[in-house]
Amino acid sequence: MTGRRGLAALAGVVGVLAAMVACGVARAQTDANFAAHSGGVLRLVSASAGGTIDPQVNYTNEYWQLFVNVYDGLVTFNKAAGKASNEVVPDLAMAIPTPQDGGKTYVFTLRKGIKFSNGATVTPADVVASFQRLFKVNNPNAGSWYANIVGADKCLAVPATCTLAGGVIGDAQAGTVTFHLVKPNPEFLYQLAVPFAAILPAGTPPHDMGTVPVPGTGSYMITSYDPQTKLVAKRNPYFKVWSLAAQPKGYVDEIDYSFDVTDENGITAVENGHYDWEFDPAPADRLAEISTRFPRQVHIDPLLAVYYAPMNVNIPPFNNIDARLAVNYALDRKAAVNIFGGKNLAVPNCQILPPGFPGYEPYCPYTLNPGTTWSAPDMQKAMALMAKSGEAGRQVTVIADDQGVDPALGTYLASLLNKLGFKASVHVLSANIQFNYIQNTNNKVQISITQWYQDYPAASDFLNVLLSCGAIHPGSDNSINIAGYCNKGYDAKVAAAMQTAITDPAAANAQWAAVDKDATNAAVWATMFTPRQLDFVSKRVGNFTFSDQFHLLFDKVWVH
Amino acid sequence: MGANGPWAVGFAKLLRDRAAMVALVVLVLMVAACVAAPLYARDIAKTDPFASNLDGSIMLGGQATDIMQSSATGFGVTPIGPTWRAQYALGADDQGRDVAARLLYGGRNSLLIASGATLICLALAALTGIVAGFMGGVVDSVIARALDVLWAFPVYLLAISLSAVLISHGLQIGPVTINANSLLIPITIIGVVYVPYVARPIRGQVLSLARSDFVLAARCLGVPQWRILWRDVLPNVTTTLIVFAPLMMALNMLTEAALSFLSIGVQPPAASWGTIILDGEGLLYTRPAVAIAPGIAIMITVVALNFLGDGVREAFDPRAKLRQTGS
Repeated sequence: MTGRRGLAALAGVVGVLAAMVACGVARAQTDANFAAHSGGVLRLVSASAGGTIDPQVNYTNEYWQLFVNVYDGLVTFNKAAGKASNEVVPDLAMAIPTPQDGGKTYVFTLRKGIKFSNGATVTPADVVASFQRLFKVNNPNAGSWYANIVGADKCLAVPATCTLAGGVIGDAQAGTVTFHLVKPNPEFLYQLAVPFAAILPAGTPPHDMGTVPVPGTGSYMITSYDPQTKLVAKRNPYFKVWSLAAQPKGYVDEIDYSFDVTDENGITAVENGHYDWEFDPAPADRLAEISTRFPRQVHIDPLLAVYYAPMNVNIPPFNNIDARLAVNYALDRKAAVNIFGGKNLAVPNCQILPPGFPGYEPYCPYTLNPGTTWSAPDMQKAMALMAKSGEAGRQVTVIADDQGVDPALGTYLASLLNKLGFKASVHVLSANIQFNYIQNTNNKVQISITQWYQDYPAASDFLNVLLSCGAIHPGSDNSINIAGYCNKGYDAKVAAAMQTAITDPAAANAQWAAVDKDATNAAVWATMFTPRQLDFVSKRVGNFTFSDQFHLLFDKVWVH
Repeated sequence: MGANGPWAVGFAKLLRDRAAMVALVVLVLMVAACVAAPLYARDIAKTDPFASNLDGSIMLGGQATDIMQSSATGFGVTPIGPTWRAQYALGADDQGRDVAARLLYGGRNSLLIASGATLICLALAALTGIVAGFMGGVVDSVIARALDVLWAFPVYLLAISLSAVLISHGLQIGPVTINANSLLIPITIIGVVYVPYVARPIRGQVLSLARSDFVLAARCLGVPQWRILWRDVLPNVTTTLIVFAPLMMALNMLTEAALSFLSIGVQPPAASWGTIILDGEGLLYTRPAVAIAPGIAIMITVVALNFLGDGVREAFDPRAKLRQTGS
């Protein structure tokens, strides 16, 4: 027994030593890699700036992609490629805490010695102040994601005096921050992992900072920002790596983000090596060119998103389910994919959830041979449903925005509706207003073209956020349930799945799959396709790493 | 010559102007082609130019050819280029629609908007210019200042602002409602924004006419004002309006194209030359004909209108006549 113990102890020591050696080698390799590839300026370009650089206000892909290199939360998404990027990892917190009190309490212990880019050390007081500030600056999701924190109701009522008393409690002695929730929330960690929950210095003014950079803890700090011309981010002099998964040290010394360059010019500039990457999607007429001439510089990655046409179920003609079903059966998803750029850039989709998303089970009833995948439109069935609906001849206006492929999708949809017997036209609005316009019930939008990209990898981000009764706010520009679909039975299933997710995510995903089928069968959307991301980079860019959450990770990229 | 009136003299002079006559023939051909658009689409191109055809194919050289062609790499789908045959003679746009057929249909709308806007502009300009110039006093001051205000706006800015509002909600004037997609919206907007350009010279001319001997004589004889306006003033400004007509039509056509290119003119799936240029914007690298063809159509029409306008001015504008006499 003793001998065995001694042998086990020896094996343990050897194992630890081996792990240390392996770790050392890995570290040495990482260091060698870093020395060989670090330096230079990464030159990004976009047609326009993304608005404010306040991480607690800005809600754009364009800047979230940058913020993850500048700011940290208590937790974050793993800075890795593929599925691994959907994992939440500890960031400023030492570990992911085990929920207490039935999922209503989380205690985070802060790492010691982490500094902001202004030299100040991160303390629990900064964490508390950051969550108070989130309400004071009217964060876009303060009323949804963060409304479940104890004290949030008072903060939402009077943001200026927000304290979150009893909701977020810092303990400077213990170096901990405790969150108390009103009820368990299976997505709380996801909601802490996005840039909204970035930890900022306690003294940060309680208003949108606009173009003034706020100090952060990330590998880079924003040093200048002019939305008309350029944003510059340089290395944070106080940054030291505490977790490669959460916040690695970036390879490039500087990130320059230039604005006011059209997508066509941006592509040409990347081809010529004047810029390294363009934020805007490559124009359709340049796809063949770049994929033929520069195949090694093109990267295709899956996106967790859908392009869809929400149909207003509360006004004619789409308050008639037969009319909605007819549109779904008639929709040529291959045509929509062609508009987007072809089969390599999009996948036909009939349901609400995108492929690869938690809770996704392939399902397509709206095809010639119903099953799991879409094959072709079923016009015969569509025309029969139209005849049954009695809605032929009805005026329908498709509302599309003026960016990317949306006008073309709108034109196609109007053409399809005319084929079905409607009198359809398309109305193209500026992308600055279209998304809000189609949400407002006062505008009586019948059908529109829009898209939804995941905020975090949870089925509720589609099925609850976009289709529950609670997501309808009549007369508001922020009524994200654009179809106006409200079904108490559906909401009950959503609530049950969210409850299950607290303790058993796998079982919850099975429930979400059923909810997805319910929503798909109700035909409240005509889902078109799930897009793929095409990134076109300059010849000198190396180590391209694509995260499901934040797409191209700028800190992983090196330039020669 | 002495037996002929000024109109007959003017027309005779216009007929002798070769450049103007060639321009007129070009315009007539252009209008005829556009009027025949439905025949072309149905009997020659055999296509519906307003329906998307993203998954279709045509027979070329005995082989079925996709209208939307995938690239060899699978990235990007390019519409078929000019076939120079009955079907898809100028190729397809990004919806797989026949560009040649759409060009003719688009021409109908462009010409209709340009001429409709010209009629509205000339009518309003004549009304305001004549009333202001003839009535004088407070009425003249109010109308003249209103025209000055309208004149002070950059014309494209004004047109874009009006379009952005009216395209969203349509227009309601009393019991009359104009649908947001109606061609009457761009016709009205373009017609209105150019009113000062014509009304101001008309007003100046009427101010001069109102002080002329024959008008003073008519007033002294107690001829009613409406009769003086109808019999003495209007005929004298008619030539000015005629001279303005082709020039304004050319200007209106360019404005319509600009507004439609900005998505605030003709609304899809209806087409105009401006919307077809917009459709072609995204295909400039692969199918430039989609944007270039309507551009050429606009250029030919506008140049023809300008040549015709010059001819009409030479033939009917008294000042032009004076210049010729003087030389």
